[in-house]
Amino acid sequence: MRPVFDPFVLPFVLGTTFVLLYCFIGMIRIIWQLPKEDRRKFGRSLITPKTLWKNIKDLFGDCLFHVKIWKRKPILGYMHSSIAFGWFMIIVVGHFESVTFSPLKGAELTPLQDLASTLYLPIFFRFFAIEELSLKAQIYSFLMDFFLLMIISGIVIAVVKKKRPKQVGMKRVTKFGIREDLVRIALWTIFPLRFLAESSVAGFAGGSFLTKFLGFELLFGGNYNETLSMVFWWLYSIDLAIFMFVLPFTRYMHIPAEALLILLRNAGLKTTEPRKGYALAEIYSCPSCGLCIDVCPMSSTGDNYKKTAVYFMRNVRKKKRREVKKMTEICLMCGKCIEVCPLGIDSLNIKIAQRNKIYYKMKSDFSYLEGQQTTDNRQQKDSQVFRFSDSQIQNDSKTVYFAGCMSHLTPKITRSMVKIFEEAKENYEFLDANGSICCGRPMMLTGKIKEAKALIDKNTELIKNSGAKRLVLSCPICYKVFKEEYKLDGIEILHHTQYINELIENDRISLDRSDKHYVYHDPCELGRAFGIYDEPRNIIDNIGLLTPPKSDRDMAVCCGGSIGSLTMTLEERDEITSNSIKDLMHNNPEEIVTACPLCQKTFARKSPIKVKDIAEIVVENIE
Amino acid sequence: MIDFGFSISKSSHINMDNVDLKLFNRLESLNPDIKTCMSCGLCTATCTAGNFTDVSFRQIILMLQRGKEKEALQKVKKCMMCGKCMLVCSRGINTRNILLSITRIYNEEQSL
Amino acid sequence: MKERNILIIGGGPAGMETAHQLKQLGLHPIIIERNDKLGGHLAQWDRLFPSSDDAEELLEKLKEQVEGIEVKLNTRVVNIERQGQTFHVTLSNNKTLDIDAIILCTGFDLFKAEKKQEYGYGIYNNVITNAELEKYFKTHQDERINDPKRIGFVHCVGSRDVKVNNTYCSKVCCATALKQACEIKDEFPEADVYCFYMDLRMFGKGYEDLYLKAQKDFDIKCVRGRVCEVSENMEGKLVIKAEDTLLGTPMKMTLDLLVLMCGMEKADGVERLQAMLNLNSSSDGFIENSNPFTEMNCTKEKGVFVVGSCTSPKTLPDTLSEARSAAMEVFNYLNDNGQQTTDNSL
Repeated sequence: MRPVFDPFVLPFVLGTTFVLLYCFIGMIRIIWQLPKEDRRKFGRSLITPKTLWKNIKDLFGDCLFHVKIWKRKPILGYMHSSIAFGWFMIIVVGHFESVTFSPLKGAELTPLQDLASTLYLPIFFRFFAIEELSLKAQIYSFLMDFFLLMIISGIVIAVVKKKRPKQVGMKRVTKFGIREDLVRIALWTIFPLRFLAESSVAGFAGGSFLTKFLGFELLFGGNYNETLSMVFWWLYSIDLAIFMFVLPFTRYMHIPAEALLILLRNAGLKTTEPRKGYALAEIYSCPSCGLCIDVCPMSSTGDNYKKTAVYFMRNVRKKKRREVKKMTEICLMCGKCIEVCPLGIDSLNIKIAQRNKIYYKMKSDFSYLEGQQTTDNRQQKDSQVFRFSDSQIQNDSKTVYFAGCMSHLTPKITRSMVKIFEEAKENYEFLDANGSICCGRPMMLTGKIKEAKALIDKNTELIKNSGAKRLVLSCPICYKVFKEEYKLDGIEILHHTQYINELIENDRISLDRSDKHYVYHDPCELGRAFGIYDEPRNIIDNIGLLTPPKSDRDMAVCCGGSIGSLTMTLEERDEITSNSIKDLMHNNPEEIVTACPLCQKTFARKSPIKVKDIAEIVVENIE
Repeated sequence: MIDFGFSISKSSHINMDNVDLKLFNRLESLNPDIKTCMSCGLCTATCTAGNFTDVSFRQIILMLQRGKEKEALQKVKKCMMCGKCMLVCSRGINTRNILLSITRIYNEEQSL
Repeated sequence: MKERNILIIGGGPAGMETAHQLKQLGLHPIIIERNDKLGGHLAQWDRLFPSSDDAEELLEKLKEQVEGIEVKLNTRVVNIERQGQTFHVTLSNNKTLDIDAIILCTGFDLFKAEKKQEYGYGIYNNVITNAELEKYFKTHQDERINDPKRIGFVHCVGSRDVKVNNTYCSKVCCATALKQACEIKDEFPEADVYCFYMDLRMFGKGYEDLYLKAQKDFDIKCVRGRVCEVSENMEGKLVIKAEDTLLGTPMKMTLDLLVLMCGMEKADGVERLQAMLNLNSSSDGFIENSNPFTEMNCTKEKGVFVVGSCTSPKTLPDTLSEARSAAMEVFNYLNDNGQQTTDNSL
């Protein structure tokens, strides 16, 4: 019988204890920082069967398998799953193995020894084990070797990814500092060291195809060298310890943090503070994988790829104020990074919360909006005072059209919509024909949530007073905030793509079909934000031929005009616009179609072909 | 100077000798595009808030340059941040961010 | 000395005047023009600023001057190949010419007003361009111009505007606007006429007099502010928004007719010629000349010359005097070349 303890396990035990304690305290801190309401919500979610099931599903799907990476880049999906899932299985199977075949059977252990040994025994099982020839034992060793091989294959891909990112389909990978490099090397060497250590004792401790035959028989020539073997076991343990001690201060913190994030996310929580609670869970969960770098529209403009989500999250974590401010302010808020993020980390909300911290000092003054009810008679006298539209609001009008600020600069859209309403014989009212109050979304994007609420409240009042049953919007920027923040109970909110699509499906307008080739650009705040992908495509299918761009739907490239960015210069925006147009021109369309006044105006500046709103091409093709 | 013994109100003249442009210069160094304004008035004409009240990006910038900071900041507070002025500006000035910069720079020092 | 062929691309005022001068100098100019008649934009115009001279009179004079000169209408350049000092030019009629010097007189295109969607050209019936108004003065046929009571002119449409990628001043629109404003006031004496300008650039001889005349005799009202949006009200009238920047107040106004003073842009198709001749564009998009003071008609390619508004927006007098200077430039160039060839043969 081999001894139950060896000093080499100590580094590992210390490291693991440290990391477990650290994570536990961190978790308590994050939950503590949540607003009271959120904390309660979180608690409730943990005992709700539906979220419970979702939690389990997501913990496996997102942490161990990273299903989302598989979908985008299978090779990276394999890389991650093989390491994460392989390691997980080695720990799980190792525990079963150590319980089933305890070499300590019959040995008396103090409770403390027992506790300590459950920690290290599964990890260093082979060191303490004596080979058994039963089928069960053979199956266990086969499984352990199988998962070890799986992990090593993943590490090989990781090395390739680091050295030649193009081989795994990435243009740019995240650049790291010394600490991150150290922990990476520690991680990469853990499993080769385990292989060497296990192989060195496989002669009498047992093993399978990898450790026994490849390792012990071939590599070590079937000889056992005690000194060499001890060196390997010590190195293996020290390596693990290094990894554990450095883990909380590196990107690998994502391993424990993402589990918590998934639970918080499934409880329906959102970021409210830029560095506390939910945001902190997101910050620690960012694995710095860099998938967001290549997809960010900014990556096409000079050095701006250094301001993408992954770098933002890192700088927030490191509390680098100056960098954080820069990255917070330049972001276009197109949301592509959330779409590719394996964990769906919403850095945009953190940026909005951060912007709030930067600009909260000066309070807005919207007192001038008070007393401007649409039914107020004073308005007739004073032309300076605001009225929604020329004609009196009819109470029986069911559909109300709200074009939004930007659409007033694109009269083609508003005119087309008026024509469509008339064609469909809709009982409609053009609410903001004479201008309106801003929807509040742009204000929200500057982080001034309270001020935005003031605008939202005012608009809510005006719209409710109009007696509308349905609200049709032309601007996706408005649409987003109307859908998410407005409480217009009983009023259905539609973007005009949805409205027109409905008219077509109900045969309320009939269209002529030509063989003109159109390409459709998905506006960020319609597509990624609400998944309105099929309605516009269906409309175009009724008008002409839809040509796909290079990347569309959730991977559509921002037009560059987004009001999400505060500091981006016109030159940088132009570069993004040109790149986006190149993407759209991929299959030589005749016209670019979009569904956002801002996208339309932005593209029109740089496009070699005509850029139209979807409402325009509908009017052009009405029978 | 002769004292006539009565003075009804302060002179409406701007005395540039008494205007401290320290903050404006800082604003300008952070947002150099301010310098390129040609006062065409598009921002003011298109302004959403301008439908109701006296917001004018163009005037805000001029006022800050002439030391009328209080009046300028009163106007800044009325902005709805809709971004229309940025979209129309024929010199491509990032008006929206300049307004945000003003709220920061003039508050750090003035705590209005 | 063998006859020297000089190809003039573009049959507008620049091309016609250059051809005339070259012929006077004993050279053999050939004009090619892609349209079916000579005259370019001048042929579309009614009267010329600052003193409302008849455009047709000038055009007839220029046409008289080119009588006897080889003119190929409805013709384009398909290909140019350079061999030493000689250009082999293939035309759209499949003929090939051996040319000793090429002069680009390709002029300009008017800014396409529909690009400025907020002005509503092509959307609202009563928004027209400066060129369309000029055509009306010539023909008096345009149903959109129906006894307007209030007329607005928008200066700088497509000029001085980074949002349409044209940051330059088109030079001629200020004077044209005031000229047209006076003329339409003359036509409809009851109408109120407003000009929305940013700066009134009245730099030439007689221009300031035109300004004075517009104010004093025609009661044209100038508002300093750029029009930002145009919409249509229930009665189908135009509503414009601008800021009166001198007063510092936004203003709204109902109009019966809005005239957009479209500026000059690089002409369509010039890009192709530039590629054939290896010529650069300057930052404004127009063709780059070698030196704005001493070699304004020369390009970086020897034997290729430029005249008129293909290098930047220009007035007619500018263009015509450039034509004369270019003729001299070409004459000297060919002489130097001739000298060289004779030297070599010795």
